[in-house]
Amino acid sequence: MGRIRWHVVVFLAPAVLVYTAVMIFPLFDTLRLALFNAEDKARIFVGLANFKRLFLDPIWSEQFWNALANNFWFFLIHMLVQNPIGIALAALLSSPKLRFAALYRTAIFVPTILSFVIVGFAWKLILSPIWGIAPSMLDAVGLKSLFAPWLGKEEYALTTLALISVWQFVGIPMMLIYAALLSIPEEILEAGEVDGITGLSAFWKIKLPLILPSIGIISILTFVGNFNAFDLIYAAQGALAGPDFSTDILGTFMYRTFFGFQLQLGDPYMGSAIASAMFGIILIGVCIYLFGIQRRLRHYQF
Amino acid sequence: MTKTLKGALLLSVLGTGAWAQDVTLTIESWRNDDLKIWQDEIIPAFEAEHPGIKLNFTPSAPAEYNAILNSKLDAGSAGDIITCRPFDASLALYEGGKLADLSDLEGMSNFSDVAKSAWVTDDGEHPFCVPMGAVIHGFIYNKEIFEELGLEEPTTVAEFYDVLDKIKEDGTYTPMAMGTNDQWEAATMGYQNIGPTYWKGEEGRTALISGDAKLNDPQFTEVFTELAKWGDYLGDGFEAQTYPDSQNVFTLGRAAIYPAGSWEVSGFNNLADFEMGAFPPPVAAEGDTCYISDHTDIGIGMNAATEHPEEAKTFLNWVASPEFSKIFANALPGFYPLASEPVEITDPLAAEFASWRDQCESTIRSSYQILSRGTPNLENELWNASAAVIKGTETPEEAANRLQEGLASWYENQQ
Repeated sequence: MGRIRWHVVVFLAPAVLVYTAVMIFPLFDTLRLALFNAEDKARIFVGLANFKRLFLDPIWSEQFWNALANNFWFFLIHMLVQNPIGIALAALLSSPKLRFAALYRTAIFVPTILSFVIVGFAWKLILSPIWGIAPSMLDAVGLKSLFAPWLGKEEYALTTLALISVWQFVGIPMMLIYAALLSIPEEILEAGEVDGITGLSAFWKIKLPLILPSIGIISILTFVGNFNAFDLIYAAQGALAGPDFSTDILGTFMYRTFFGFQLQLGDPYMGSAIASAMFGIILIGVCIYLFGIQRRLRHYQF
Repeated sequence: MTKTLKGALLLSVLGTGAWAQDVTLTIESWRNDDLKIWQDEIIPAFEAEHPGIKLNFTPSAPAEYNAILNSKLDAGSAGDIITCRPFDASLALYEGGKLADLSDLEGMSNFSDVAKSAWVTDDGEHPFCVPMGAVIHGFIYNKEIFEELGLEEPTTVAEFYDVLDKIKEDGTYTPMAMGTNDQWEAATMGYQNIGPTYWKGEEGRTALISGDAKLNDPQFTEVFTELAKWGDYLGDGFEAQTYPDSQNVFTLGRAAIYPAGSWEVSGFNNLADFEMGAFPPPVAAEGDTCYISDHTDIGIGMNAATEHPEEAKTFLNWVASPEFSKIFANALPGFYPLASEPVEITDPLAAEFASWRDQCESTIRSSYQILSRGTPNLENELWNASAAVIKGTETPEEAANRLQEGLASWYENQQ
């Protein structure tokens, strides 16, 4: 030993430097900033006081728990709606009998590449009670009575936005599962066929167990993505996450606190505390997945 | 080298020399609606008089302005000239050393203390923004619809609801164009519009600051009681109706009345093809004193870190001059110059708003001075409470109690 392989260092250096500068350093600086507060314009060390305020002081905690609960609901809808639909679409697409599969695949994936802003505004217009096409389309099939200003009602707004997000991103689980399904060797399916397992039961008994690791990865991607979400809510409902904070998630709560909004001035210290809390929540979620689920998943080798 | 090439080189060198002497001042603002007016009228007028100084007006979206401006100032990339929100948002910038002290700017003598009040330190010693414009609240209405239905401008609260009921009964038009989606319109065009009538303008506003009155006292709760009645007149799906939606509904002639701030005048003039009228917030009984919100809304100051302080001061002095007042008042009808020297307003609708200054008592928005300094921020809370009351998801009493509790949690005079 003792010989440093310099070419490894040289090739890794750019990535290490860039990641340290734009990710690792800011992350630790945010965690550090969360331990300070401003008093008479001087920055003083306050330890965990910001977190105590965030979790226990009613003014802050009410907003925090509201945002966290909304975030869980947002995530749950993605898990219950987006991922099963994505898997089902992938299963349909991988069926050799389906014609125009490439066309469907592209059409379903297109919303994913659209910007959040376009998606937010397009759906806001579609659902608008004044200009939107949703009321007249429902009217055309005699279901006008079902229409409500969904984005303006506390009860529906968050679910509506979550479903819009599902519409936008269902292409991602679909593509990942599709790739996983394609990688299942023909021999296994043929062996199943010999044993009389075909059609749907082939999916449930052979394919699904084989793609479970992919589903696990998708779940954790959904989790991280949803708990870092911000753009769609901001584009559709603004930083106040209306109506009455019913669509407020951790991302919008942090934005409002950190940068300030309208007359409320930005508070980088409390903002950092929220950012740190978000980081902690995601870290816990990822750890539960890695140690609780990932380790139990069996991997198959062919 | 050929002669022509030499000549071209020489010319280009001379050219860049001349360019280099020009100083470009960048102006930060939240008035993205005014981009055209700045480019077509205000900037050419200034540049014609001050060769060598160029202006670049770079507005951002109103609700994000403070956030964007603060981060730009912290990063050192903000423009030379900063458009100032009234009161605390700008005071914080001055105290943070971001806005320059303008006590020695000659143009400041053109303004009264009241005009300066929104942009001066608490002791009144150091002004930091030149007052530019005030906005007045009231109601704009569609004269054609009023004529068609045989309605008259209401002066009392009873008449106001009578008019709304008649429009609703007729069924052709939405009585009032307002939504609660963006929340601020409910507070600004609702609460702060009719509110001063109930809390008697400055009397109620200053009592809140001194702690003599509370936000859940009857004169403040009553405002919410009135707002709660508005929900019936706002048309289907107002919960999801945005501010631009409301503007469009009104200018397309689909709604009869628009709870407004005078800043709408210039925009509406371009969009509506019907005649518009305006009436001040209605009073309880015929002959009562009327109160209007005449809010000092826009100031303009200098980035303390600007590289061109002399040129920036030249510009600010020009903004303080009667010449600018005249251009501003008529290019942007609905924004009223704050300079002591009166300016004639040619736009009839804007002049209508201004005429209330003679009949009614003026005040500014109750939540702006001092009361939005802490967390929870009273102004932001008001948005939320006003919207909730109009939607009926919170009762007037609940809303008022919640606001009072929030204010008392950090404001000593209210504890």
